[in-house]
Amino acid sequence: MGDRKSRMDLWVNVVGTVTFVLVMAGILLALLYAPTEKTLGDSQRIFYLHMPMAWIALGPGFTVVFALSIAYLVTGKMKFDRWASASAEIGVIFTTITLLTGSLWGKQEWGVYWDWEPRLTTTLVLWFIYVGYLLLRAIAGEGPRRARLSAVYGIVGWVDVPIVFLSIWLWRTLLHPKILSARGFAMDSRMILALMVCLVAITFLYLWLLMVRARTRTLESEISGLRAQLRRRNRRGGNQ
Amino acid sequence: MSFFSQAWAIVRKDLVTELRGASTIVSMVLLGLLVVLVFNFGVEPGTASASLARSGVLWSAFLFSGVIAVGRSFASEKEAGCMDGLLLCPVDRGVIYLGKLIGNLILVFATGLIILLFWTAIYNVGIGGAWFGLLLLLVLATIGMSTLGTLFAAVAAGVRARDALLTVFIFPLLIPLVIGAAHMSTMLLSGKTLGEAGMWPWILVVYDVVFLAVSFMVFDFVVED
Repeated sequence: MGDRKSRMDLWVNVVGTVTFVLVMAGILLALLYAPTEKTLGDSQRIFYLHMPMAWIALGPGFTVVFALSIAYLVTGKMKFDRWASASAEIGVIFTTITLLTGSLWGKQEWGVYWDWEPRLTTTLVLWFIYVGYLLLRAIAGEGPRRARLSAVYGIVGWVDVPIVFLSIWLWRTLLHPKILSARGFAMDSRMILALMVCLVAITFLYLWLLMVRARTRTLESEISGLRAQLRRRNRRGGNQ
Repeated sequence: MSFFSQAWAIVRKDLVTELRGASTIVSMVLLGLLVVLVFNFGVEPGTASASLARSGVLWSAFLFSGVIAVGRSFASEKEAGCMDGLLLCPVDRGVIYLGKLIGNLILVFATGLIILLFWTAIYNVGIGGAWFGLLLLLVLATIGMSTLGTLFAAVAAGVRARDALLTVFIFPLLIPLVIGAAHMSTMLLSGKTLGEAGMWPWILVVYDVVFLAVSFMVFDFVVED
């Protein structure tokens, strides 16, 4: 038990160090190394944060919740539930950052904070689903019931997202054939390098936060187990 | 008793209870009609924006009243202390889900029909040849709404959540349904047919089938204890 815990601590520290180095490198590359985009100017640099955040939130973040939810329902092991909830929490934060950076950039590029662009709109719906998941967890108390109910939500929500995207995409392209032009700009090789480093950095940031949160969850459940044990012991002591 | 006659027993019990009390149906219909009425004040009647907004109004009213129906389906069992009795029935859990689902389908469809009629009257919508398409849309939307609604009503009853929370849980999931239904009803009312809607009807069909299957698979876990 103690051995596993110290191994977990070691991993958290290793991944944390790598994350720190990568994030620093990403910031330097995005702000200094990458050239300024000709038409969009410096505002394009928000892309180096926006795109990796969106990638984690829409891709791995939610898919991890889905996969771990299935794993929990199949095996009944609480550790899957703890990791799933950790991923959902980070997913909410990353989705929020995606939405904020997206609308700030939209203001620069399109002149409006919000456009019903399919990816942006899908991200907003995803944000609501994530928050619904966390809300359910917040009111469901503790233990296996919360794990089961939130796993169900995690599965149904993940299945829903592709249909949401498809329907929003169809809605925008059919009803208004000319949507605001996608964020197409010619990528310099230095831009691509900066973007790649940022992608890897944010992916590591996600992994590191995931491990930290899951470790916290494990400790929380250990503490509540110990408390229950202590209460039982005190009761027995009182009866003697 | 076969699978379906067992499920039908649950449907009959629920419908009889509802019809005796009738509070759910009345509040569903009234809420639906009120949504149609209130939204009307937001737009200048007779303008182009009014005719664009009206499809959205119809389906918002449908969703809000639908949430009441599905929310009741498990909350009332919980309040009356009948949930355990229902779960102790020597039947498959799928039967319980199916029974509750059919009951909700009937309630949601009937209310949807009333809202549709009221909406055509108050917005001066000439349905003309579109009535068949609109009914088909109503059927597809009812199935989608009731499928997820019944599942999450059981979830919400498990955590003693009120109707407002149920809305927060299921509305984001129902967005494809609303977009599809609103888009196609606008099309139908502008004189087109469902055949010209391309992929849209199929998206709703796929949505219904997928979530019906998923709900059946996971319902066991929702009511496990």
